Amino acid sequence: MMAAGLEQYLTVAAILFTIGIFGILVNRKNVIVILMSVELMLLAVNINLVAFSAHLDDLMGQVFSMLVLTVAAAEAAIGLAILVSFYRNRKSIAIDDIDRLKG
Amino acid sequence: MNSVFLAIVFLPLIGAVVAGLLGTAVFKYAGSAPPQPAHDDDEEHGHHHEYDGPRWPMLLTTGLLIVSALLSWYAFFDVTGGHAYKVLVADWLTSGRLSVSWALRVDTLTAVMLVVVTTVSALVHVYSLGYMSHDPHQPRFFAYLSLFTFAMLMLVTSDNLLQMFFGWEGVGLASYLLIGFWYKRDSANAAAIKAFVVNRVGDFGFSLGIFATFAVFGSIGFDAIFAAAPEMAGKSFAFLGGQYDIMTVICLLLFMGAMGKSAQFLLHTWLPDAMEGPTPVSALIHAATMVTAGVFLVARMSPFYELAPLAQQVVVAIGAITAFFAATVGLVQRDIKRVIAYSTCSQLGYMFVAMGVGAYGVGIFHLFTHAFFKALLFLGAGSVIHAMSDEQDMFRMGGLFPYLKKTWAMMLIGTLALTGFPLTAGYFSKDAIIEAAFAAHSPLATAAFWMLVVAALFTSFYSWRLMFLTFHGKPRASRETMARVHDSPPVMLVPLYVLAAGALGAGYLFAGSFIGHDEAVFWGQAIYRGEHNEIIHHMHQVPAWVKYSPFVMMVTGFLVAALFYLAAPSLPEKLANALRPLYLFLYNKWYFDELYDRLFVRPAFWLGRLLWKGGDGRIIDGLGPDGVSARVVDVSALASRLQSGFVHHYAFAMLLGVAALVTYLMMGS
Repeated sequence: MMAAGLEQYLTVAAILFTIGIFGILVNRKNVIVILMSVELMLLAVNINLVAFSAHLDDLMGQVFSMLVLTVAAAEAAIGLAILVSFYRNRKSIAIDDIDRLKG
Repeated sequence: MNSVFLAIVFLPLIGAVVAGLLGTAVFKYAGSAPPQPAHDDDEEHGHHHEYDGPRWPMLLTTGLLIVSALLSWYAFFDVTGGHAYKVLVADWLTSGRLSVSWALRVDTLTAVMLVVVTTVSALVHVYSLGYMSHDPHQPRFFAYLSLFTFAMLMLVTSDNLLQMFFGWEGVGLASYLLIGFWYKRDSANAAAIKAFVVNRVGDFGFSLGIFATFAVFGSIGFDAIFAAAPEMAGKSFAFLGGQYDIMTVICLLLFMGAMGKSAQFLLHTWLPDAMEGPTPVSALIHAATMVTAGVFLVARMSPFYELAPLAQQVVVAIGAITAFFAATVGLVQRDIKRVIAYSTCSQLGYMFVAMGVGAYGVGIFHLFTHAFFKALLFLGAGSVIHAMSDEQDMFRMGGLFPYLKKTWAMMLIGTLALTGFPLTAGYFSKDAIIEAAFAAHSPLATAAFWMLVVAALFTSFYSWRLMFLTFHGKPRASRETMARVHDSPPVMLVPLYVLAAGALGAGYLFAGSFIGHDEAVFWGQAIYRGEHNEIIHHMHQVPAWVKYSPFVMMVTGFLVAALFYLAAPSLPEKLANALRPLYLFLYNKWYFDELYDRLFVRPAFWLGRLLWKGGDGRIIDGLGPDGVSARVVDVSALASRLQSGFVHHYAFAMLLGVAALVTYLMMGS
């Protein structure tokens, strides 16, 4: 069994990132899915950071990924709070109902 | 004397300005919104509103006019004693070769007009004190009347064609304002616009005539052009490949102006409609003064017309046709004021015939006497209308004699004078015109003579028809109206008495000076007659049957009218039914209004609509502002469709941008 190299890590990260993007673009359901997709993309970035950290033998990447995880957690909390208050105002969090920016 | 003439002309202007600006509500609500009337229901005449404003504007204008009239009579006797004056008021304008001064030219012709204008105007002012006493806008009315008088005086005292044109347009404006005085009535507004527009047609010719005069003579002052006129006789100028006689062209153009103002055939349609104005206005403007401006113009330009025989013949032809045409229409009209209006039109035709055959003094004499009896008839008719609660249809009057004895007597005098009863005013002046037409001895003038004689028959018939329908026979008005019939107050009757005195005596008193043996001295230099023009001399030597023919016609007309409307009242209707097409033809005024509607009004509307909707709306607006703004709206509509409002669309656009940027950086490096 061959050991996982840098390419495999990057490939997984790219796949995750792409799934996150498609989760944002294609999803027609609700905003929570978008938040989840954003998390997914952040995780893909984290994998990249950790993979390059191991590859370059530099701890800075792993430290940075810890920072990203923290920020992601805070962002998820704020995002969900906004979502709750949004739902109270509009009685809906369906994507198709959120078009107040329409020209 | 100079200050007398200045006073005569400018007192009415002072009255008009003071009464019009200070007596009305012009400045009353300056800077604040006027109060809205509680109920703004549109009454026929506004008669039911009481007037609660100050009375001084009316008394001021009337007083000034009376002073002006008295001064005019003083000036009249001074001028006709053989004097002629010229008062320089101001230098008006100088432009290149054109130099115009503002001067009052007072000779016998002007003096006669001064007397006519100020006397009738003063009497109409007095009459209006009673007639308009309930009208809420009477200061405005009196200001207009005085303004009109000023403009008319400006016209008759003019020393050059431009000054005359100023007065000419001034009276046109005042006429417009007064016809439309009751501005809440649509018909009054329409009539005012019609009068203005039809007069524009004539004024177009008048102004062309002035331009032509200036082009030929290099001046428009009367003294200069009259002195130079004989040299131009028979000369011609080239225009569009043809040769035209100068004097004939100028005279015809000027006559076109006279036709418009004096409501001659083809341009007469505005006069009957002008009766929408208050009756004193009809008496002053549309009977006695303004409509005679055309006659005055031809008399003033007599040195020109004497040199243009062709133009003179046109004047005779138009005058005779008008006299005949208007008389036929007058036969069948139902509205009392319209009958008198057509009568005015017809009498103006008489005056023009006199002008055309060279008997200028005779024409002006008829103008002079006509002013008295026609103003009398109009004011009398106003008195009747006032008494009948604004009823104007003669077929709803009848039997008013016991109620309106004084008005009846005044109308009778007016009718006698108009029909030419011996020794009344019309007897001297109208018969003189008929004799002059006969004495001219040209085929055209002879034809005119016969038309005038027939018109005299018609005149007699319709005048007596008016009298009988109004005052005699059975009352045809409703009982409530009859119960309210009353003779007019003294303030309205006194002007009638004065005019009646004029209608009775003016002919007898002045015939000797105007058309008799003293006429050469009387007129002096005021009117010019060519060397071969001995019409006055010939006029006194016509055969006896010519002299008696108007009298015979008058009696015949009286008898027929008496038969139709007193003895056998069913006869007119039978006759009208038997000759239905003819009756309708006359009743509809020879279908001139319909004809003009088809020929001019509707094409003008069509053209106007085409230029408005097509030219202005589609082309100019379409390609200009509207088109540009529509394209901007289109583009921004397209742009706004990009803004779907969905976050994932924006995110997608962002992603595309990032992908493009990254691709560019990778490829580029």
